[in-house]
Amino acid sequence: MGDFFRVLTDNHQVFLDGFTNTVQLFLIAAVGSLVLGTLLGAMRVSPVPALRAFGATYVNVVRNTPLTLVFAFLVFAVPKLDVNIDYFPSAFIALTVYTSAFVCEVVRSGVNTVATGQAEAARALGMTFGQVLTLIVLPQALRAMVPPMMSVFIAMLKNTTIAAGFSVLEAGAIPAYMAERGEPQMVVLSWIVIGFLILIIPLVVLQRFLERKWAVAR
Amino acid sequence: MSSVLYDLPGPRARLRNRILGVVSIAAIVALVAFIIYKFNQTGQFEPRKWEQFQYASVQRELLTGLWATLKAAGLATVLALLFGAVFAGARLSDRWILRTPATFVVELFRAIPLLILIFFGYYVPLQYGWSIDKLWALVIGLTLYNGSVLAEIFRAGINAVPYGQTEGAYAIGLRKNQVLRLILLPQAFRSMLPAIVSQLVVLLKDTALGFIITYPELLFVGKQIGGRLPFGLPYVPTYLIVAAIYISICGLLSILAWWLQKRMSRLPRTAGKVVRTEDINAGATPI
Repeated sequence: MGDFFRVLTDNHQVFLDGFTNTVQLFLIAAVGSLVLGTLLGAMRVSPVPALRAFGATYVNVVRNTPLTLVFAFLVFAVPKLDVNIDYFPSAFIALTVYTSAFVCEVVRSGVNTVATGQAEAARALGMTFGQVLTLIVLPQALRAMVPPMMSVFIAMLKNTTIAAGFSVLEAGAIPAYMAERGEPQMVVLSWIVIGFLILIIPLVVLQRFLERKWAVAR
Repeated sequence: MSSVLYDLPGPRARLRNRILGVVSIAAIVALVAFIIYKFNQTGQFEPRKWEQFQYASVQRELLTGLWATLKAAGLATVLALLFGAVFAGARLSDRWILRTPATFVVELFRAIPLLILIFFGYYVPLQYGWSIDKLWALVIGLTLYNGSVLAEIFRAGINAVPYGQTEGAYAIGLRKNQVLRLILLPQAFRSMLPAIVSQLVVLLKDTALGFIITYPELLFVGKQIGGRLPFGLPYVPTYLIVAAIYISICGLLSILAWWLQKRMSRLPRTAGKVVRTEDINAGATPI
């Protein structure tokens, strides 16, 4: 048992750096994929067929590609195109490109949960597009979007570990460091699990709370 | 087409949409042209970068990688379905002694990043010098994670069958296991089939994590083929080919899932609602 805590106290700097980078990567990739995903979602519900087709193609290609492949492409193939990106920005781009496909789907199905009659009634009252969007559609759609959106971000938080395979020191890279120092891996991995639980449990609790609070009766 | 966001377009809206359409097509074409220009500029279309894919040995290498991927996916699928069935059964049990630990296990494994689960099977034996095949490290991780997600899908499927079905079954004198076997499972199976197939796509995609523990699957083979100097380090062509393989296999499975979902929603042979993976909360989104 003494060993269990010693591993953490002896190597607290590695654990701290690792999880700090994980959280940083998570936060900026969350913002990035929210922006790109919403843009793609807007394309998918737009009245312009070309944009709809582009959005659908993006989602179908990215959703059927392993995230590890996206990482590998950015780290090994993109430099061959004379585009040099550092490891951390590569991880950010990979996570953003991948996660925004899922964000896009959440946005699209969120908008689609609003009954057409709602907007038709609003238009019959003479509301403009902006009014229909901000007063009728979005308030209902956002409530339906939040729980699945949080699932997407929880999954992304877990996916940040893949960056470990591509030279980013984050939580997933800790075991490789500890292997060099000869620390008991069972203990190291248990601490990483505890770290992730500390990050994920509040998100899950928040998600369930919002889901109950914002449940829309249909 | 009228949608919740916009009405049937009139003449002015049609014109505007057409202009927007032309502008967006131009933007997409420009993007594609830029990528092709960049490829051409850096010599990605040079014959020597593509040459080795004509060699039977390289094709065999790719097939070996694909086989390793499919082997890991196949083993993990069978084990994850078993794991899911056992733990869903335990979570649905009337006895708390089964229910509580099963709930704990399922919730825990869904919260742990899959790569960390794989590391448990990789680094721990490595440290004690036990020889464990990398294949099994990968399969164990995939099984624990996807098995837990499948357990939730199974449970949601069973719970989606209206309670009246259970009551009716008990009323005609069926026993507990008969109710489950004869009444609930056949109806639940139909409603959860699309979600199961979607999860199997996720599992197949996640075998690519084997790359990180140097299990020689498709992506790993791709890195080796891409890193060959005599062919001008053809990383770009290789990864495009690898991506095409992944996208076609996973795409076909995704289409199957979508088709099943449409079909199951149309045929009223089950009283249960079709289980959508989005409904199973907390990190079980197929990512």
